[in-house]
Formats: sequence, structure tokens, C-alpha cells
Amino acid sequence: MSRLLEVEGLAAQYGRVAALHDVSLAVAPGQLVALVGSNGAGKTTLLRAISGVRPASAGRIAFDGSDITGLTPARRVRLGIVQVPEGRQVFAPLSVEDNLILGGYTRRAGIEEGIARAFRMFPVLAEKRRLPAGALSGGQQQMLALARALMAAPRLLLLDEPSMGLAPLLTAEIFAAIAALKRAGTTILLVEQNATQALRVADYAYVMETGRIVLEGPGAELARNEKVKAAYLGM
Amino acid sequence: MLSTILQFLFSGLTVGAIYALVALGFTLIYNASHVINFAQGEFVMIGGMATVYLVDAGAPIWVAAPAAILLAVAVGVALERLAIAPARDASVVALIVITIGASIFLRGVAQVVWDRNFHTLAPFSGDEPIRVMGASFLPQSLWVLGVSLLAVLALAWFFGRTVLGKAVLATANNRLAAQLVGIETRAVMTLCFALSAFLGAMGGVLVTPITLTSYDAGVMLGLKGFCAAILGGMGSGVGAIVGGLVLGVAEAMGAGFVSSAYKDALAFVLILLVLCFRPSGLVGARASERV
Ligand SMILES: Nc1ncnc2c1ncn2[C@@H]1O[C@H](COP(=O)(O)OP(=O)(O)OP(=O)(O)O)[C@@H](O)[C@H]1O
Ligand SMILES: [Mg+2]
Repeated sequence: MSRLLEVEGLAAQYGRVAALHDVSLAVAPGQLVALVGSNGAGKTTLLRAISGVRPASAGRIAFDGSDITGLTPARRVRLGIVQVPEGRQVFAPLSVEDNLILGGYTRRAGIEEGIARAFRMFPVLAEKRRLPAGALSGGQQQMLALARALMAAPRLLLLDEPSMGLAPLLTAEIFAAIAALKRAGTTILLVEQNATQALRVADYAYVMETGRIVLEGPGAELARNEKVKAAYLGM
Repeated sequence: MLSTILQFLFSGLTVGAIYALVALGFTLIYNASHVINFAQGEFVMIGGMATVYLVDAGAPIWVAAPAAILLAVAVGVALERLAIAPARDASVVALIVITIGASIFLRGVAQVVWDRNFHTLAPFSGDEPIRVMGASFLPQSLWVLGVSLLAVLALAWFFGRTVLGKAVLATANNRLAAQLVGIETRAVMTLCFALSAFLGAMGGVLVTPITLTSYDAGVMLGLKGFCAAILGGMGSGVGAIVGGLVLGVAEAMGAGFVSSAYKDALAFVLILLVLCFRPSGLVGARASERV
């Protein structure tokens, strides 16, 4: 199986406190891989290490066959690794449209089409294009964060808890958008505390606890696993 | 009476425009890094002193001034690359102390390379006063105001209309998100130091024919620019401009109608008053909105 992303023996720390130990994981092209785990398991830290905004203290990250462990975050975006960070992190004082333009910062062409596509995907953003992003509701900000990431034409999309803090209806809308992206062939690594939904849409999944991968397997298989059911699915 | 007021207003606006340029420099760096760059005044000094020396060496003003501004920009970039960037993970207070050290260092170098005397430049368009309604002002004032206005318009265009300008705003607002969309945030920091050195040095060149310059001319101008930035609300570009002009006019009126002995103290009294009644400055966001 060819791999688009391959993480091997990755470690990361905050000061002297280790947040990731010997993490290995792979994502094949076109797959939707889910990463689930409870609070503080290290999911966000792993995504940040993959994007390069949190340095790895050991291990190796390869993208499309080449080692990217030492590259700056900006270089990784240019290669196609694009993240929707936890907590949306829109540029609050800038307009919705400017947020999208900046999403396409690494691209020279296709900005207009990208914006048009984002507005087709989330029409509410078109209505509010001139408003500051900070004036949007939480759900709209999440849509904007996702649309902003898509502007960079990702080859690998990293999503960090896109449903966090959203009402069920909006969560469903976000998951529908994720499913559509997957159908269109985008490779996705999805971090979720909402394990039920994540495992349902995932081709493959990893379970993380205190900085380690403790379980992995096809999404449907993990969803039937007794330990996973007890710990993450509330059954 | 009216002509006297007009006279003070005009000289106040002239000095105020320079304060505003320095204040904009503080604002740029503060927004990008939360660092208050106390070497800001030294950029003004380098602009003035280097121009004086190049002109003395025989260069025409239109060569000397851009070269001096370029030198200040190089110093600004070097300050960021060599002193601020390597200490990126240090606390903001530590970074501010670094800039204070840099300002002392730059004054020292200026003393050695140049000298300890006061210098002036010939006004760009002669010194025949222009008369308006009984008040008279120097053509150099028009240069100061005109070029400052152009600089402000250019900045407004840069931040409002260009993707790079928006990338700077984005980095100031949310560094993590800026990195994640592929903005080279370190280069943005360097750019902010370069821009702010540019603005300061430009002010230094423009004002030297009016106020003289010396190796330590940056101390007072830097302090006044800082006051202007606080007055307008630290972090606000419009605030920096308003703060600079208000401070300049208040000083000129104070010196004219009360006593010039208190001119410099006035800035601090003004700051105390504004901070008492509007803690986030004349134009700044309300304190609760800023994190
Ligand atoms: N900035 C930080 N400084 C110090 N420790 C941190 C920092 N960020 C996270 N940690 C610690 O690192 C560990 C992993 O945190 P991380 O945010 O990666 O977990 P997570 O799985 O994303 O959790 P959540 O589901 O709450 O988002 C936790 O123990 C956390 O306390
Ligand atoms: Mg997290």
C-alpha cells in the first residue's frame, strides 16, 4: 500500500513534559483516517507536529515518500499539508473574504475560483463575505476555517475536532462537508472526540491514550471493539 | 490671536507628523510581536545623521536621504535577525530589554562613527517663509506633512489592498493560524522591523532641517513617539497618527501659551490624563476586547 503520510516513532514535548511517545501512523491516498482519544491524549500535538508548528524531538515524518521532518510549516503547506486547527483560529478582525484569500496564500492562481467554490459549499459565507470573521457564529467560523484550508488545495487535510462546541445540526453539516471532500478524493486525517461519528466515516482509525497509539484498525472494526465502545462510544 | 493659534497649530502638526511616524513604527512592531521597540528613536537618528554625513561628503540630498533610510532599514533588519529572532522564545519583557540595549549600543556606535555635535540639513525647498492669514511657516513643514501623508496612504494601501499586507495583519492577529496557511511568520517579523525603521528614518530626514539632529536625537523623539502610540491606543494604526498629531499640537500650544519650559513634561501629563479617562487610548479598542 502506498502512503501519502507516514509518521514513524514520533516524539514531542512541552518543556520537559512528553506529550507524544513513539507514535507511528500512516495515511494512504484518498483515505479518511480518524484519530480518536480522550482529552489531553496528544491528538492536537500530533497534528501540530505533522504541520511543523510543534517541533518533533524524535522520529520521522514523510510525505509522499520524502522526509519533511525538518521543513518549516510554510514549506509543508506548499507541499499540500493543510490543517484546520482546533478552535477554528480564524483571523477575527479580517473579513471573511480576506480569510479565504489568506487561505490561498501559498498559491498564485485559482484564488477567484477557490473563493467561488467556498461560497458554493457554504452559501452563508457568501452573505457575510465583508464582515469580520470574528462576527460569525461558532458554526460559521468552523465553516470558514474549513473553507480557508481548502483554498490551499490540500493533498492531505488535517482536521482537529471540527465538531467541537457545535450544535448537532451544524455538526451534521460539517460531517456532510467532510464526506463530500472524501468522495472528491481528498485525503483526510480527522481528529475527533466525537468517536461515534468519526469511526462511522473513517476507512481506518487510530486510538490514542496519553501520547501513545494504543489501538488501530479499520473504522468499522474499531467501532465494534468492546474497549473502544466502553471508553469512547459511551456504550 | 487667530494667526498666533494658526502658527502654533501648524508647527504642532509638523512635529506631530514626525511623532506619528515614530508611533506607527512602534505600532507595527508591537502588533507583530508584542515587543515595544525602544530602539525606534535610533532609526530616526540614523536617518538624520547619515543624511547629514552623506551630504557633507558631497552627495546630493536625493541620493543621501534614500541611502540613509536604506542604512536604517538594514540596521532594523539586523536588529531583528541578530537580537530579536534568536531570543524568540524569551519573554516579551526580555525582548524589550534587548531593544533598550540595542538603542544604547546604536547611540554608542553613532558617537564613535560620527560625532557628538548637533547638525542640520539645508531645507529641501529653501527657507523663504510662506504666509497664510498672518501666520508664517517654512516650506520644510510642507515637506514633512506631505511626505508623512504619502507614507500613511501607502501603508493604508499596503494593509488594505495587498495580500502581503493582509498576511502581516494575519500574523499579528493569530500567529499559529498564519503559520498554518503558509505565511512565513519569521519573514513577516523581519518585514515589520524593516518597515518601522523605514518610517522612523524618513521622519528623521524630514525633520532635521527644522529641529537639528545629533547622536542622541532619537532618545526624545523615540519617547515622544512612544507617548503618541500610548495616547492613541497601543496597537492601533489610526491611533498612532491621531496620538502623534494631538501630542504635537498640544506641545506647541502649551509652549506658546504657557511656557516652553514644560513642553516635554506636557506629553507625560497628557498620557496620565488619557490613561485615567480612556485606559485604552484615544482610538484604541476597549481594554476588554484586547487579549
Ligand atoms: N502549550 C502547552 N504547554 C504545556 N503542555 C501542553 C500544552 N499543550 C498541550 N499540553 C499537554 O500535552 C498533552 C497533550 O495535549 P493535546 O492538546 O495534544 O491533547 P488533545 O488530545 O488534543 O486533547 P483535547 O482532546 O483536549 O484537544 C496534554 O497532557 C496537555 O496537557
Ligand atoms: Mg486537541
